[in-house]
Amino acid sequence: MGIGIRIEELRKVYDTPPPMAARGAAFARAGMRSGRNEKKNFEVVALAGISLEIRPGEVYGLLGPNGAGKSTTIGILTTRVKPNGGRALLGEYDVWKEPVKVKRLIGVVPQRPNLDFALTAREILLFHGAYFGQTARERSRRAAELLEKFKLTDRADHMARTFSGGMMQRLSIARAMMHDPEVLFLDEPSAGLDPQTRLLLWEIIRDYNRLGKTIVLTTHNMDEADALCDRLAIIDHGRIIARGTPSELKASIPGGHLLRLRFDRVPEPLAAALQALPGVLEVRPVDSAGADVYADRGGTLIPAIVSAAQAADVELRDVSISEPSLETLFLHHTGRSLRD
Amino acid sequence: MNWKTFFAMLSRDAHVARRNLLPLLLQNLLQPLLLVFVFGRVLTTGGMMAARFKDVMLPGVIAISMALSGVQAVAMPLMVEFQFTREIEDRLLAPMANGWLAVEKVIAGMVQALVAGLVVIPAAWLVLGSGVHISLRHPFEFVAVCLLVSLFSAAGGLTLGCSVGQTQIGLMFSLVLAPMMMFGCAYYPWSMLSAFPGLQYAVLINPLVYASEGLRGALAPQVPHMPAYVVVGALLAIDIALLVAGVRQFRKKALS
Repeated sequence: MGIGIRIEELRKVYDTPPPMAARGAAFARAGMRSGRNEKKNFEVVALAGISLEIRPGEVYGLLGPNGAGKSTTIGILTTRVKPNGGRALLGEYDVWKEPVKVKRLIGVVPQRPNLDFALTAREILLFHGAYFGQTARERSRRAAELLEKFKLTDRADHMARTFSGGMMQRLSIARAMMHDPEVLFLDEPSAGLDPQTRLLLWEIIRDYNRLGKTIVLTTHNMDEADALCDRLAIIDHGRIIARGTPSELKASIPGGHLLRLRFDRVPEPLAAALQALPGVLEVRPVDSAGADVYADRGGTLIPAIVSAAQAADVELRDVSISEPSLETLFLHHTGRSLRD
Repeated sequence: MNWKTFFAMLSRDAHVARRNLLPLLLQNLLQPLLLVFVFGRVLTTGGMMAARFKDVMLPGVIAISMALSGVQAVAMPLMVEFQFTREIEDRLLAPMANGWLAVEKVIAGMVQALVAGLVVIPAAWLVLGSGVHISLRHPFEFVAVCLLVSLFSAAGGLTLGCSVGQTQIGLMFSLVLAPMMMFGCAYYPWSMLSAFPGLQYAVLINPLVYASEGLRGALAPQVPHMPAYVVVGALLAIDIALLVAGVRQFRKKALS
């Protein structure tokens, strides 16, 4: 049977800038104090006490913008980052107290490939298998299988440092699966992959999950989260702001539809008029010249919005309508777009 | 302790070293050979140096060669792998406590240091020509000193590799390694420094002093040298200190 994960009140504060590759593409610097001695005063709250439970055999997604704390969460669960508080359990093992037992159970695909550049693709897999105690026969069979599956067979005996970004990413994933781990962690697995390879990757992840393996992935790609994950947690600034299945989460958006409106200005009467339109559940001002309207209908509201704008003598400059999606959900909870 | 993992990592390092055998040999051999040729052959043949200088410098060059190659074999890859390519992560995720990976690196570095020191002997012999009085009259002392020297260089490499930032690599060479080589009694016996009393005692913090003196005692006992128990005792203490410091730095560095 698969292995579940429980995280309780996990906290992480970085007091020194993390090494180049350990930090994700960016970092939430909200909590950073600046001072003459940069190093001493550096303080970034990466996780502000998060708790969550991942069931055995599910695909769980951590969704959020860069610097939200996704990679730090993965780092702690994979024994690479030391938490400042709280605890993380992988199966029956406390990750911090029994790291070696945990390492046996997990496979990790990092955000940035960290392949052993002194070796060829096949050797990377073979040595990885050897680190995990596989016999010579077992590891050469498994390496051949994985190279085939990830379409790397024809480059198997080339040095990994000559590979393109997409090939390195595929090889990283193959390596993570080499020792047949019970839990697979993928940090931004499809970043930098072309659409075709991304589909191949999704298929491989689903196949692996069908074997009863637990999969934890981070992404800021809504389609990916929607397509792969059984359940999701949306993280922002080190906190979980929403969680559930993709459809539950989408259903939590008021009305389900989001109309993003741009005017030349938004006077008070206009906001009130928008709020009063039939089917409108919530109006949120954005800057001084915009409004996000959550409603139970989409395009059919436009004539009424146009009339309301004319009545208030305001120019309507742009309208965009979003169907229910995780993107609109994120916007609803944070007031920011995922890509901001 | 997970020995399968440990040995798999050693065999990985051996595999990589075999693949880079030629550049590694050149890197380890060329500098000592040039030193030996210029100081031991050119200057002695030209009469600028006494012929017995050959006996003084050969053990010193072996010591330098071992010390440098161990430091290089451990420190340089660690600096790059920790700070830039993050290659080390795949081994940090292997089922073994992180401190053992540091120990594995030290053992791999020791092997390289030993090989580097030993290949210098026949090569230097050839370059020096006649008149070298090197013998293996104290084989146990020789083996013990070689092992201790290789451990100091590999453990020193571990400590340096985990403490020095990528931007300070050049500084490490000019501030740590260059003085270590010049004040390591490699080209002169320690007793000769008696003309500079302050310096004579200051250099005692330099592990290379004991390496040179120890090898001199084992290979060319006719040249003045420190007694074996001083050499072995000092190297042992230095080895333990560097190993403890290095493993601690490594474990700290392995986590963010």
